[in-house]
Amino acid sequence: MSIFLGSTVGKKFLMGITGLIWAGFVLAHMAGNLLIFFSNDAYNSYGHALTSGNIIYIAETVLILALLIHVGTAVLLTRANRQAKGSAYVVVSQGKKKATLASRTMAVQGSMVLAFIILHIITFKYGTYYETNVHGIVMRDLAKLISEVFSEPGYVAWYVVCLVLLGFHLSHGVGSTFQSLGLMEGTYRNLWKKLSCVYAIIVALGFISQPLYIFLSAH
Amino acid sequence: MSGKHINLTLKVWRQKGPKDHGSLVEYQAKNVSEDASFLEMVDSVNEELISKGDEPIAFDHDCREGICGSCGFVIDGEAHGPLKSTTVCQLHMRNFSDGATLTIEPFRAKSFPVIKDLMVDRSAFDRIISAGGFISVNNGNAVDANAVLIPKTDADEAMSSATCIGCGACVAACKNASAALFTSAKISHMALLPQGQVERKERALNMVAAMDAQGFGSCTTTGACEAACPKEIQLTNISRMNREYFAATATKRPKHKDGGAG
Repeated sequence: MSIFLGSTVGKKFLMGITGLIWAGFVLAHMAGNLLIFFSNDAYNSYGHALTSGNIIYIAETVLILALLIHVGTAVLLTRANRQAKGSAYVVVSQGKKKATLASRTMAVQGSMVLAFIILHIITFKYGTYYETNVHGIVMRDLAKLISEVFSEPGYVAWYVVCLVLLGFHLSHGVGSTFQSLGLMEGTYRNLWKKLSCVYAIIVALGFISQPLYIFLSAH
Repeated sequence: MSGKHINLTLKVWRQKGPKDHGSLVEYQAKNVSEDASFLEMVDSVNEELISKGDEPIAFDHDCREGICGSCGFVIDGEAHGPLKSTTVCQLHMRNFSDGATLTIEPFRAKSFPVIKDLMVDRSAFDRIISAGGFISVNNGNAVDANAVLIPKTDADEAMSSATCIGCGACVAACKNASAALFTSAKISHMALLPQGQVERKERALNMVAAMDAQGFGSCTTTGACEAACPKEIQLTNISRMNREYFAATATKRPKHKDGGAG
């Protein structure tokens, strides 16, 4: 096991597994958020249901551990990779042999997404606590908080930029996971890549729709 | 033969030795035949340099037929130049327009130190091969061709992986200087064939370990290696290597402390 995790192959494997955990989470998170389009009560009840059980602590622990491993391994790999390259080319490839922008800038996107996640948790999880009453149950009024936050253009712009970056990160990351796990072969090779792009677009657009909707309906 | 001629401005990386810093130096390549190969064009620039008493541009080359893997440098940021599935010796000047300025640099990777100008030391690849890129167990006498059962698709795939000429363009094109495409091509080639089965796990373990020990980076799946490869080695090889390595680390049995009685 230590031999495997010590190797470049093993580290990429770890990046893939931890990345997939988060890829699953963001899809579920995005889908849950869509409830805001139905009603504030539905949105608040969903949030209340998620946070009232013990399962939230298990989910949070898994996600935090996965994130720490993902970021820690990324730092190790990025540093080793820069060292392995040494000096850069004077002229950068612009022709047919050029790699995609998303694949070349994973570390930058990842750093931005990490900053976004931290600020996002501060803004909402630890944001102003409003209360509301849905069918006799007192619960947190997150709908009020998000409508407050997303009425500010600065916040909306920051969210859109970060979510587009998240989309890029997912489009390359999810597809590459199949490569790292050794499943990118034969007939399905291009299918994985396409699915990864479709998935990333759905997640990014799904997330972006909410701040835009709230901002546009408030102005 | 078109007989057309073009003029080019070259910015060539000149570096006296491994310890020298190196820099780009400008040269004019005049009246270059469009039928000349890129290396022949550099040859003619060198002829001029020699006649002036200057040091010629050092670059690696051997067969000039695209099969030996000796040549290779970077033209405008692209390993082996702008054409896909082509070594720089098989790249012809008709692919460039008159009056163009081309920047020529050596393959860049920490594990491929520059020897001089455009020549780099690729012996790190030899060390990966010597870690397991061969079959050392006796497979007996050559048997009847059809007696060894192997699916046609596997034989084809092994052959495709075996076409790697070890030029190093994959490492040069990779932003991480990863040798994953090269190493995986060799691991794949033998893992797919019956003769490679005996040492299959050990090969995967030892070659990946050697690849890491030589200081190459990890694979980010940018696909730059595949695009630069003159022999069209596929990224799927890397996927297979990852699987082989994972399976080998998970299932390899520990060695017996003492050897058997023989």
